[in-house]
Amino acid sequence: MKLTLRIWRQASPDAKGKMKKYVLDDVEPDMSFLEMLDVLNEKLVLDDEDPVSFDHDCREGICGSCAMVINGTAHGPQKNTTTCQLHMRHFADGDTIDIEPWRAKAFPVIKDLVTDRSAFDEIIKAGGYISVNTGSAPEAHAIPVDKVSADDAFDAATCIGCGACVAACPNGSSMLFTSAKVTHLGLLPQGQPERATRAINMLAKQDELDFGGCTNVGACHEVCPKGIPLASIAQLNHDVLGATLAGARSD
Amino acid sequence: MVISPQRNIVSRTWGTSVGKKSVMAVTGGIFLLYVIAHMIGNLKIFFGIETFDAYSQHLREIGEAIFGYEGVLWLIRLVLVTAVVLHMWAAFSLWARAKKARPIGYQHRQSWQGSYAARTMRWGGVIIALFVIWHILDLTTGTVNPLGGDESAYLKLVASFDRWYVALFYIVAVVALGFHIAHGLWSAIQTFGANSALKQHALKTFSYVVAAAITIGFAIVPLSVMTGLVR
Repeated sequence: MKLTLRIWRQASPDAKGKMKKYVLDDVEPDMSFLEMLDVLNEKLVLDDEDPVSFDHDCREGICGSCAMVINGTAHGPQKNTTTCQLHMRHFADGDTIDIEPWRAKAFPVIKDLVTDRSAFDEIIKAGGYISVNTGSAPEAHAIPVDKVSADDAFDAATCIGCGACVAACPNGSSMLFTSAKVTHLGLLPQGQPERATRAINMLAKQDELDFGGCTNVGACHEVCPKGIPLASIAQLNHDVLGATLAGARSD
Repeated sequence: MVISPQRNIVSRTWGTSVGKKSVMAVTGGIFLLYVIAHMIGNLKIFFGIETFDAYSQHLREIGEAIFGYEGVLWLIRLVLVTAVVLHMWAAFSLWARAKKARPIGYQHRQSWQGSYAARTMRWGGVIIALFVIWHILDLTTGTVNPLGGDESAYLKLVASFDRWYVALFYIVAVVALGFHIAHGLWSAIQTFGANSALKQHALKTFSYVVAAAITIGFAIVPLSVMTGLVR
């Protein structure tokens, strides 16, 4: 396959970036998208050029590193698929492919396609956990969990924190991410003691970090590689409004 | 873990993006109920000039013994104006927040993700707001009506829609209203946390049906004047 790539190149956080064009002649349809970029980078190194920086780690769709917007869609054209699991057979010979970093004030570009997503860590630190004393693990069957809650909590727990929801959201909101965490922990018995304060604190942190507000457009769910349901956001809203009305506070 | 120090319920609600959305959902619900009542009133046009004008007069006389002439009408107006202010305030605040959240946009135009109705909420809302100003000047105060303010409500309506561009603007505005309700009603349900993965399809369908019914219910009046059904 012959491909024309237009990739966002930006030398440093403060440098002015621009789209740069590259032509690749020898792309195999069986390559993953990241392998295709590896081929490009090998070529760039041989040509004494700076290779394209991009995040990647597991390359099996579970780490959430491979953040890039491909032709205007976060993680590219295949639904429920991370960039690393996207294969070149989904593109045609002669295609031009635009590759850009996530765009959000809370995710500043570090270099090329690499963004700083530690804002998500801040949201997690605000309440994305349960407080338990460490020690020997209790018997797993001691606390009953009904099947529906277990399934829904697990669906939400599959969130890998890649940030595609923010990248796709016309409001630049991280609502799907935050709501996945709130839903995951809020549906399980172990998450109940901190349920109200978790929802309020995680949302407050999200608002504080310059993420936009959710307007229920649904673009996040469309690009989410894990298919986190939009209803997670309803769960977050439910917990936030309930906690607000009840006057929940954690100090 | 330190929670924000906002202790009173107003600042705790207004201070978060979800709180602002809930204000928009409540005020939007007020508009929706009003718009349905308004549409039912409009449809009396098909029962002739006497029924329509009597209805218009009746609106001014409801609860007169307690609230005085036009008292209830002014109460409704007060509620609506308050709701408009809060709805638009929250909307512009979230709009500004969204602009701030993505200072640098994408080079490749984003593919169409999410519904058309959802994407047109903001400009659709602006169109509806401009229309409402015109609509009040036309049919309430009569400032821009060919017959002026003191004529029969029925005759003012017919005279207004006899201008094709006014009828067209009206239809465009109610279509915009339809899109606004199609997303707004579902979005309000989601904001109150009543959505679930199982119910989502049904809730969206419900919102689209309500929106379509309201759009048709309003658009049928100018269409009837244009086609000569209502004279």
